[in-house]
Amino acid sequence: MTAHIVLENVEKRFGPKHVLRGLTVSVAKGRSLVVIGGSGTGKSVMLKCILGIIRPDSGKISVGGQNAVGLRGAERDQYLSRFGMLFQGSALFDSLPVWENVAFGLTHGRNMARGRAKDIAIEKLAQVGLGADVGALYPAELSGGMQKRVALARAIAADPEIIFFDEPTTGLDPIMADVINDLIVDCVKRLGATTISITHDMASARKIADDIAMIYRGQIIWSGPANTIDRSGNDYVDQFIHGRADGPIKMDVLKA
Amino acid sequence: MNPLAPLGRLVLGFLAETGRIALFTRDALLQGLTPRYYLRQIALQFFRIGYTSLPVVALTAFFTGGALALQIYLGSSRFNAESLVASIVALGITRELGPVLAGLMVSGRVGASIAAELGTMRVTEQIDALVTLSANPQKYLVGPRLLAAVISLPLLVAIGDTIGIFGGYMVGTHSLGFNEYAYLKNTADFLKLDDVTSGLIKAAVFGFIIALMGCYHGFNSKGGAQGVGRATTNAVVSSAILILAANFVLTSLLFGD
Repeated sequence: MTAHIVLENVEKRFGPKHVLRGLTVSVAKGRSLVVIGGSGTGKSVMLKCILGIIRPDSGKISVGGQNAVGLRGAERDQYLSRFGMLFQGSALFDSLPVWENVAFGLTHGRNMARGRAKDIAIEKLAQVGLGADVGALYPAELSGGMQKRVALARAIAADPEIIFFDEPTTGLDPIMADVINDLIVDCVKRLGATTISITHDMASARKIADDIAMIYRGQIIWSGPANTIDRSGNDYVDQFIHGRADGPIKMDVLKA
Repeated sequence: MNPLAPLGRLVLGFLAETGRIALFTRDALLQGLTPRYYLRQIALQFFRIGYTSLPVVALTAFFTGGALALQIYLGSSRFNAESLVASIVALGITRELGPVLAGLMVSGRVGASIAAELGTMRVTEQIDALVTLSANPQKYLVGPRLLAAVISLPLLVAIGDTIGIFGGYMVGTHSLGFNEYAYLKNTADFLKLDDVTSGLIKAAVFGFIIALMGCYHGFNSKGGAQGVGRATTNAVVSSAILILAANFVLTSLLFGD
């Protein structure tokens, strides 16, 4: 298995806040890595560093052998076109109807004609279980679960080789969460994409992960195949997956 | 505690903010105004910034022109110089009041709405989503707004100038007893092309300030509804102050010699 995404000793500070402290992790091609960890441990910052939205202070990030830090212009556009991302709050463009949201990466990122992009959007909507009639609605007219489906369709619309899922089930009821998990597994399989998901929902993690890594205070403190998570022998991991208030992890009630 | 510390913090904060705005301006010019162009967005912003601001600018100009005519009449009658009313109204409107009042009104209307819209897009991660969909936010969001504001504002001011002078004419001829023909002749004889173009140059600069401040504060808003509210206030206040400061600098550059 060759490593597709590699992060080595990535450091990031925001003022006095030391968010990533030598984060090292890698994902093999076509595998699904789920990163678990509490709020404010650096999960989202990690994804944004890979995407180049946030620039790490030091450390290496490479994707498919290509250095990913400090890209500009056409090189950066080319790099970003390999990714799709599902945002925590869906992040749909509320000024555009659903089909234009799904087709956005095709029409605006890759200059595809609107007619052809619309056909693809309708097809992707069908893949996440939504009819063509939903395409004409605006995001505000949809329920949270439907918005998540649309966001998923948008993330996979350009057939990316890498997809990031940022807390895909947060805010959904358990049944809808499971539906979204199934859709994620299904879509990822179809594309053969490499994925990184961040979540603190263990049911979701078990369902979509090939491998699980736990992040704590900006470092990966444990990683391994998903089916070994219950036998990790790591007190931090045990406390997290069983959701116990007592244990080695002390919750910082106030934001640092 | 050192009594000078708050002062130092204020100065450092001001310098840091100035630097951030300068960097944002550079990105806006180098990325936002270079290809590729999103024509739909540009057209939409022309509609929102230019067309929908027309009523506000027109009403402001009309009443300002009328009030100006009254004041100048009252003042000049003390020196028996009533015949100057028409030409001073025209000069005042085209050189100063037209562009400044239109700039301030549009900054309240458009600057606020840009900051609120982009601020909401920021806190709901829509701007990050643009990046992951390979659409550069500077090109998709900032460029169209800058372009539309810089071109719309002079057009708005040109229309506002006309309506403002008309407001003065209405007051002059209906309540101050000027002859219609003489009023218009006085306006046309004294008004030079420079008076109008200087005001239009100012308007373009004000348009740039309004769109830039709206985008800058929107892009940098954080922390939910309260943050978006703060961004909106900051956008309006900072563009209003910058417009007045820029007006002073431009007036001394364009007219002082």
